[in-house]
Formats: sequence, C-alpha cells, structure tokens
Amino acid sequence: MQYQLNTPLTREALAPLRAGDTVLLSGTVYTARDAAHARMMELLDKGEALPFDIAGAAVYYVGPTPERPGQVIGAAGPTTAGRMDKFTPRLLDLGLACMIGKGKRDQAVKASVVKNGAVYLAALGGAGALMAASIESCEIIAWPDLGCEAVRRLRVRDMPLTVLLDAHGGDLYQSGPEAYLQSLV
Amino acid sequence: MSVRELKAGAITRAVEQLCLRANLTLPDDVHNAMQRAQDAEPWPLAKQTLGLLRQNEQDALAKNLPICQDTGMACVFIELGQDVHITGGALRDAVNEGVRRGYVGGYLRKSITGDPLRRRNTEDNTPAFLTVDLVPGDRCRITVAPKGAGSENMSRLGMLKPADGVQGVKDFVLETVRLAGSNPCPPIVLGVGVGGSFDKCAALAKHALLRGLDIPNPDPYYASLEWELCDAINALGIGPQGFGGATTCLGVAIEQAPTHVACLPVAVNINCHVTRRASAEL
Repeated sequence: MQYQLNTPLTREALAPLRAGDTVLLSGTVYTARDAAHARMMELLDKGEALPFDIAGAAVYYVGPTPERPGQVIGAAGPTTAGRMDKFTPRLLDLGLACMIGKGKRDQAVKASVVKNGAVYLAALGGAGALMAASIESCEIIAWPDLGCEAVRRLRVRDMPLTVLLDAHGGDLYQSGPEAYLQSLV
Repeated sequence: MSVRELKAGAITRAVEQLCLRANLTLPDDVHNAMQRAQDAEPWPLAKQTLGLLRQNEQDALAKNLPICQDTGMACVFIELGQDVHITGGALRDAVNEGVRRGYVGGYLRKSITGDPLRRRNTEDNTPAFLTVDLVPGDRCRITVAPKGAGSENMSRLGMLKPADGVQGVKDFVLETVRLAGSNPCPPIVLGVGVGGSFDKCAALAKHALLRGLDIPNPDPYYASLEWELCDAINALGIGPQGFGGATTCLGVAIEQAPTHVACLPVAVNINCHVTRRASAEL
C-alpha cells in the first residue's frame, strides 16, 4: 500500500501503516542526528524545552551537504539510525511520532514504537540527491555551531519513504529478506 | 637516473579535483555493476530500489550534487615514484590543502572531528587519511577514495587461529555481513585483508576497495574465494537497502599478505553502493 501523510502525525493516521508499505510524506520534518540528540537530552535533563514541538513530529536523521547558491539544500540522504537508539525511547514517550533514517534499531526502540503507536520510515541510504528533491525549504533552528548536525526545519512534499517499523511490531528488515528467501524455496 | 621535480601545488590541485570527481560521479565499474544488478534482480521491490539508487546517480549529475551526503573521510592513496622530488612544500600539507579546497569550495560535507573524544569538527574535512607507498619510477599516482561512516562502522577485524583456515575466514566474512545487515547501505562492496599483522591486515582490506569490481585477484586461488564469498553473501537475501532480494554484494576484493606462523588475521572493510574513488597521475 502507498499512503499520503501530512504532519503533524497522529496515532490514528499512523495505525494503518505496515512494514513494507510506502509513504509520501508532506509537511514539516526536523533534522537531528548524533550531536543534536545529545544536546536534546541535556535540555530534557535540565527540564528545558526542546528546539521544536516533539508531539506528533517527524525527525529525519540527516546531516546534509552545504547547499550551493540557489539550492534549498545539498545532498540529504539518511544516516544510520541505530546510533540514536539510546535516546529514542525517551523522545517517543514525549510524542515523537515518526523517525526517518536507515538501518537496524534495537529492541528497546522497537518496543517503544509499538507502545507509542509511532513509525520508523526508511529514506534511501546513499541517495543524497534523490532525497533532496522532495525538500522545499530548509532553515536552521538550533545549534548552528554543529554544522551539518545542526537542527533544521524542513518543509517537504511527497518525500518517498518505506515503512521499516510499524506500530504493530512489523519489521521490514526481518520480513523483507524472509519473504525473498521464501520465494526461492 | 635523473630526479623529476614535482611541485607541491600540482599535488594540491589534483587532490582538490579528485575530491570533487569522486563525490559527484561513480567509477564506471561501480556504475556498470549497479546496472547489471538491476537487470538481473528477480525480486520486484529490490529491482525497484536499485532503479531508485541509479536514478539518484543521475540526479546527482544533473543537479551538481554529491551522490551521498556523507562525503566521507578523504582517504588519499599516493604511489610515489622514488625518483620524484617534491618541491615547494611538504607532501602531507599539499594533500591536506587539496582536501580543504575540494571540500570547502566544492560544497562537500565536513565530517571530521579533530579529536575522537572531544569531538570538535575541523570544519574543512582535514586531515586527509593519507597512505603513501614508495614505488619505482618518477610518477606520482594519486587516488582519492572518500569513505562514508555508515559502512565503515560495520567493518571488523578478527585474529583467527591458523587452524581456523579458509573456512574460518569465510565464516568471519559472512558473520560480519550478517551483523551489518541493512546498516552499511547495501548493495555493499567488500574489501578483505587476509594475513599480515593486526595493523597491516586492516590496511590490506581498505586498499582492496581501490580495485575495480571487474578485476579479480591475480592469484586464481583468491579470485575463486572472492567469487565464492560474493555468491554466499548474495544468498543471505539481505537485498538492496536491507529490504530483501538477490543483490546484497556487488563485489569482494581480497588482498593477502605473509603472516606469522601463529597468526591468521582477517579484516573486512565494508563499503556501500556508493563506492567512490578517483585517480590521477602526475
């Protein structure tokens, strides 16, 4: 199935998604990767607000290349999501609805995705130019000193994504290879 | 034998241009391997995914964008003829200046942290990860092979026992690929080092990634092992992006070296489908 989704995302809107479905996502997406996650945890530890409203938000694990003059953004494919695993259940409990990245997540993240009715979506790894095509605007909203790791607010239209982890325990990284291998039997 | 003078500035200019070429265009052998994989892939989702990855390569060319946003560590390999005399500056400085100009002027990402624990970005992607090999002759061959971290982080080294033999090497390689799964952006390319010492083995694996995918190991024993490993990896079913399919690995390159009677080191350096390298000879 293919779904059209708009941010902010509700539990109800995400409930029909199943691992392997494709999504065209439009609206606002925030970027955050390793260093930004560490700083977000420091803010939460101090009881301070995050740089954006996390409830219903979509976060894209990406560190883009610098844009050339006249471009909105440089190459902008996903980074490996597993490095954010230790921070993720806490953000999901605060309402983070959608993570965009690539690569395996740990059991705690998978359980938290199910508990919170969230999703983890794949952007195409290594497809920096193709993923950039769906990004219409880009603005740094926190920690410019982090360079490519600064938090950015992106406006995206029909960003092409694939459901990796769904709210029902589905995991494309297990079911996809299993289905292919089964087809050979 | 006369000595040929080579200006450091020429090395800087070459490295600058190679950083750009490597990040914006794939080598022909990798491009062709992706095309062959897409043509041969029987699993529909995998075929579609390979098509999108090839579309990305075209988009990068059309929009003057890097193929992947992780423009990597600037791994620079220089085969320096022993009859070359570099003038007007130090070789390492010349290489670093080329990386600086290429990454800053070329809108490439700066991904290097000057200290591994205190983690302040150097903001110009220096230092280069430089390997110099002194060779006969009066030429200077430079290869820039930007290396992304998603695949680098999935690489492993094992100090096997000699009794583990070739089966132990095969098991270690397959275990490494299984553990990596979707993380290194499959379809992957593997550089494998066998033998040497702890440090030399890792260097062999990295150097193996410089070899074209269409060029087998010159030793038929190792060439056969490369094909066998590639087939075994593709039988795992991980597929492009880890979504499942027949195409998990585009090629395996092994480099072997003499080792101690008590040692059997094996190193696996994983590269992604954006296996980048560009060379020039001065």
